[in-house]
Amino acid sequence: MIILIGLLTGIISAMGIGGGAILIPALIFFAGTKQHVAQSVNLISFIPVAAIALIIHYRNNNLDTEHALILIFSGFVGAYIGSAFAVRLPGEILSRLFAVFLFIMGGYEMLYKKK
Amino acid sequence: MIVKLVLIGLITGLCNGLFGSGGGTILVPSMIFIMGTEEHKAHATAILVILPLTILSTLVYYRSSYISWPLTLKVVSGGIAGSVIGAKLLNRIPSWILRKVFGLFMIIAAVRMVI
Repeated sequence: MIILIGLLTGIISAMGIGGGAILIPALIFFAGTKQHVAQSVNLISFIPVAAIALIIHYRNNNLDTEHALILIFSGFVGAYIGSAFAVRLPGEILSRLFAVFLFIMGGYEMLYKKK
Repeated sequence: MIVKLVLIGLITGLCNGLFGSGGGTILVPSMIFIMGTEEHKAHATAILVILPLTILSTLVYYRSSYISWPLTLKVVSGGIAGSVIGAKLLNRIPSWILRKVFGLFMIIAAVRMVI
C-alpha cells in the first residue's frame, strides 16, 4: 500500500503537480500515518529526486542563481521558524492547519490556467 | 525587488517547514507572476531554493524524532519508479485534467481532515 502511494505520488510529481499535497493526505488516510511523520516523509523523499533534477537543470543552464541566493537566505529563516513551530504543535492542530492549506492549494489547482 | 524576493523566500520557507510541503506551489507561481521569470526557469530554480530549505526542515523534524526510516524508504522506492512512469506519461495525459482531478482530491481530503 505504502509503495503504491509512493508510486502514484511519483507519477503525479513528475507531471508537475504538487506531490506532497497528495502524498501527505494519502499516507494519513490509507496508511494511518501521523501528521508530523507524513510531513517528514514528504520532506525527505523530496531530497534525492530534487538532487538529481538539479544536476540536469544545471547542465541545461535553467537556474536563476542570482535570485535563488536571496530566496535561499530568507527561505532559511522561514523554514527554521516554520519547522520549529510544526514540531511543537500537537498533531491534531497541525493537521487542521494543514487542511486549510490543502484546501487553498486544491482550489488553486482546480482554477489553474496556463499563462 | 529585493524586498519582494525576501518576502517570497520567507513565506516559501515558512510553509515548507510548517506543512512539510507546498514550497513549490508557492514559489513557482510567485516567480512567474511577481518576478516575471520564465516558466521552465521558475520550476528549475524553485528546486534549487527548496532543496536546502527542505534539508534544514528535515533536521528540525529529525531532532524531534518525527522520522520513520522504513516508511520513508518504501515511499521513496515507489516514488522513483513513479517519476519514471510519470515522465513518460507526461505527453499522453493532458495535465489540466490531472490538475482538476487532484485539486478535487485535495479539497475532499482537506474537508475530511477537519470533520
